[in-house]
Amino acid sequence: MPKLIVDRQIVDNTATLLRNDEAGEFAAVPAAGTVIVPLAQYLAQKAALTARGEFGVWFGPDDEPEALGADAASLSLIAVEFPAFTDGRGFSIGRLLRERYGFAGELRAFGDVFKDTLNYLTRCGFNAFVIREDKDIDEALKGLDDFTESYQSSVAQPMPLFRRRQLG
Amino acid sequence: MYVYDELDQKIVDQRVAQFRDQTRRYLAGELTEEEFRPLRLQNGLYIQRHAPMLRVAVPYGELASRQVRVLAKIARTYDRDYGHFTTRQNLQYNWPKLEDVPDILAELATVQMHAIQTSGNCIRNTTTDQFAGVAHDELVDPRPWCEIIREWSTFHPEFAHLPRKFKIAVNGAVEDRAAIRVHDIGIIVARNEAGVVGFQIYVGGGLGRTPIVGSLIKPWLEQEHLLSYLDAVLRVYNRYGRRDNKYKARIKILVKAMTPEAFGAKVEQEWAHLKDGPMTLTRGEIDRVAKFFTAPAYEQFPGDDAGFLAARSETKAFGRWVERNVFGHKQAGYACVTLSLKAPGVAPGDVSGDQLDAIADLADKYSFGELRASHEQNLILPYVKQADLLALWNELKAQGLATPTVGLLTDVVCCPGGDFCSLANAKSIPIALAIQERFDNLDYLHDLGEIDLNMSGCMNACGHHHVGNIGILGVDKNGSEWYQVSLGGRQGSGASIGKVIGPSFAQDEMPDVIEKIINVFVEAREGEEPFIDVFDRIGAEPFKARVYPAKAAKAPKEAVDA
Repeated sequence: MPKLIVDRQIVDNTATLLRNDEAGEFAAVPAAGTVIVPLAQYLAQKAALTARGEFGVWFGPDDEPEALGADAASLSLIAVEFPAFTDGRGFSIGRLLRERYGFAGELRAFGDVFKDTLNYLTRCGFNAFVIREDKDIDEALKGLDDFTESYQSSVAQPMPLFRRRQLG
Repeated sequence: MYVYDELDQKIVDQRVAQFRDQTRRYLAGELTEEEFRPLRLQNGLYIQRHAPMLRVAVPYGELASRQVRVLAKIARTYDRDYGHFTTRQNLQYNWPKLEDVPDILAELATVQMHAIQTSGNCIRNTTTDQFAGVAHDELVDPRPWCEIIREWSTFHPEFAHLPRKFKIAVNGAVEDRAAIRVHDIGIIVARNEAGVVGFQIYVGGGLGRTPIVGSLIKPWLEQEHLLSYLDAVLRVYNRYGRRDNKYKARIKILVKAMTPEAFGAKVEQEWAHLKDGPMTLTRGEIDRVAKFFTAPAYEQFPGDDAGFLAARSETKAFGRWVERNVFGHKQAGYACVTLSLKAPGVAPGDVSGDQLDAIADLADKYSFGELRASHEQNLILPYVKQADLLALWNELKAQGLATPTVGLLTDVVCCPGGDFCSLANAKSIPIALAIQERFDNLDYLHDLGEIDLNMSGCMNACGHHHVGNIGILGVDKNGSEWYQVSLGGRQGSGASIGKVIGPSFAQDEMPDVIEKIINVFVEAREGEEPFIDVFDRIGAEPFKARVYPAKAAKAPKEAVDA
């Protein structure tokens, strides 16, 4: 069973991520098990998916959180793809989902995700990480502790350092 | 200057540990070259033509003597006993070993220095006026705002992997010595009619392949909103900037494609959500940071120092140095002194370990232990008593730091070029040196007056050639190095981009070409007119006719043929 990190624990990854087929058609949703569907599929099949339950939505880097809007608050799992770790659009997506659209469920990063990207991802609201298969997941977990202090407001610490300094 | 508290120090120390681990994993094969590259770049580490190059951050150009001594020690221990000051007010080492970089960072951290975000596709070191806090024409000291921006931009989680590098400059004086309109974001710190400090925000300026002068998108931003507004600008850029083509990925391309008005409107829309949020600056924070930038314990003088004025008129060489290298101070009886790193025969911006130590001593002796780096690749002692100038000049001469040519033709701004940089298409240092050698007559140079000569060895424009009155760009043609000349660029308040005058030249032609350009200027000049004004008055044609005589002679025939 593939693994992922959720809330600093290494657990089994039981969800199936559905991708469009080669013709760009939505994949068929299996009858059972947790699935993660593309944002466009969710928007097109919202009623059916909601009735089925056990689903999440995934974002590509150019998908817009605005398209999901207030629905974010009712979802329990959103995943964001990082096709390359140097593509920072997913960071903004994470913050927007958390800070503007009230998403409180599991926010999962997948794709080019490894030890050196976890600190920034966490601060942008991600609490789950599908570590690249060729990377050591135990080693990656340690990346969460690279920094214990930061200057800016973020999802992980909404109070910027300058506000905390004044309290201290 | 700003002094870290234990939290600032912890962040820098944790970075050293993180980078040590990253370097170890890279050397052990656990990180691939492709993975390590963006990680090391965000720590200022390039793999260059000959060796790694490490760019050390000098936030907004401020240095303390104790920091300079550590820079000297690093140059001696880990490099070939010199460092190079860059147009970003940073210092880079050209010959460190990759394995040593974690130790170098640990040394830097002992004096509150680092190499964070000096490269890579992130928010780079914020730059400002090298005379900030002391300039006679200053309206608002920009340094507290630079520090506030430094803290905001350091390890900003959302903007660690932008489409491209991102540069911010701040200016608070009448004259814009920070070139804010050729930055991704340019900030003017100003006062409104009620005397309240706020900002004018320009975006989308930049040099490189597509030079563009920035546009004003926010004529007045209240001070408490600075960071939330910057967050909004960066978020729009991070989400919508192009990532498909690195030459079109800078914010200037996005602003141009959207139009500055539409870009500004998008930022306002984003900012509406962020305004008044937790990043809203507090009075307490603004005051906390401002306290680090108060004036030193000046002695009080009624006006100019008589002994200094006498020496200035009696000793010609001293007078010449004062004219070029000494800048007016806001405090009576004091001066800002530029230490020229443009001595003949030395690559512009280079400084040896011994010179660095000597400079640190001079800063302690004459300038409250503080220094600045300028984007023209010189160093500044910001608090020198006029009464000390003669003695300082004599000490600087002994160190080769008194070349009296600041702002003149031979104060060349120049990137390291093909001798060091793996991006360069052509060398630049030898051309700078050849031009300096040709124009070695100080009287003549002083007569010519202010001329900015800027040179870059490639399109990335680290030498800011676009804003040089005379700009030189090294280009590669079928594997050989050629040099394209542009005229009419300027930095500062009336920033403009120079225009290429014609086909490029071979390296050995360059001193002649520059001499011909200068001769046209001298012949056309009225009185003490500066080069750039002459150029504006007579245009490029007379210069073209002189440097391309054969082509000019042929022109009538072509006209007939047409």
